[in-house]
Amino acid sequence: MADEVILLNFCPSVFGMRIRIALAEKGIEYEYREEDLKNKSPLLLKMNPVHKKIPVLIHNGKPVCESLIAVEYIDEVWKEKAPILPSDPYQRAQARFWADYVDKKVYAAARNVWATKGEEQEAAKKEFIEILKVLEGELGDKPYFGGETFGLTDISLIGYYCWFYAYETFGNFSIESECPKLIAWAKRCMEKESVSKSLADPHTVYDFVLGVKKRLGLE
Amino acid sequence: MSTSDVKLLGGWPSPFVMRARIALNIKSVDYEFLQEKVGEKSELLLKSNPVYKKIPVLIHADKPICESLIIVQYIDEVWTSGPSILPSDPYDRAIARFWAAYIDDKWFPSVRGIALIAEGDEEKKEAVQEVATGLELLEDAFPKCNKGGNFFGGERIGYLDIALGCFLAWLRVTEKLNNVKLLDEAKTPNLCKWAESFCSDAAVKDVMPETDKLLGFAKVLMARFKAPPAN
Repeated sequence: MADEVILLNFCPSVFGMRIRIALAEKGIEYEYREEDLKNKSPLLLKMNPVHKKIPVLIHNGKPVCESLIAVEYIDEVWKEKAPILPSDPYQRAQARFWADYVDKKVYAAARNVWATKGEEQEAAKKEFIEILKVLEGELGDKPYFGGETFGLTDISLIGYYCWFYAYETFGNFSIESECPKLIAWAKRCMEKESVSKSLADPHTVYDFVLGVKKRLGLE
Repeated sequence: MSTSDVKLLGGWPSPFVMRARIALNIKSVDYEFLQEKVGEKSELLLKSNPVYKKIPVLIHADKPICESLIIVQYIDEVWTSGPSILPSDPYDRAIARFWAAYIDDKWFPSVRGIALIAEGDEEKKEAVQEVATGLELLEDAFPKCNKGGNFFGGERIGYLDIALGCFLAWLRVTEKLNNVKLLDEAKTPNLCKWAESFCSDAAVKDVMPETDKLLGFAKVLMARFKAPPAN
């Protein structure tokens, strides 16, 4: 019986991108459904009643919510190809730790960069760069966070790369000048088709953020 | 492996540390429990967890592992001869992880919110309602996970039992300190029965703090938290 895989998503979402990358890495065919977050579909509300959020992976009618949980699920179900987590337990713990760090730190810090002005924004930029520098430090001279192969931590972070143009424009700063190694890593990831096809266009993201700022009166 | 090969940096009151201890007990792993002094962080802790500087930290053959749920998964993956902690089916694993994340991201912060944040009756009532809503969700999830057994993990304690059960002592302390009932047999009968089974389990009994001891500790902590900063 063929697998039925559906992804409920919203194009600019970094979380949705993680699942898209994982599915692409594994070569899994799926139905992509774009949600209107101002008018959430009955399916979304039924499949994620607790959080009512995207992304939701639906595999043979059963929902998997929370992007990193869905990525691990994909890795465990389609385990023959392109492993996302390493096999060594210690390396797995490290991959999970850094993916979790990205979740705990990057989203909130990044949001503060585009959602604030003046002194608040300067402080937000400083905090955001500090977090990126911690990640850069962890990357070191390795091609990917996990070493030679692209994996969980890379997947957890790379989606933010298509948001960098918006952050830099609204924040009036250059991420590359502060974190050149991280940008080099991002460009390396973008050479992978699974990544380049899954990330949103930076101008689409910029327009989306501009729209949100207008709606929230944050210009 | 010798005991000194496995060290756990932690403290008896911490529910997050308890998660690691329960997991080690399930696998019958001997370990050295290095308790941090409250209000002070040891050199070893700062060196082993430079990012967050928090307990628990599991140190296995000199390599540190941080974040309680990551530690539990690590223990499950290393000591494979003992009973499994995570379910074997990928979908069941995803569900267990989902609820554990819910507990950490939403539910436990609302428990903490009752004691620490809520000032006045209205705010407190809201915080209590948030905790109750979370428990009702978990009550509903229980029959979907337990496959007829006493635990979320089935016949034996598993990942989600550990993720939730570690908070039971703090839940009782919060009830006593705030004169509220959070775990209510009328509203969440499955969870109440589960809580009893959990607390009497061999892997849990010795590491679950006594409510009165924890209450004493909580009072000291709250006094410190609410005290004006020293000049």
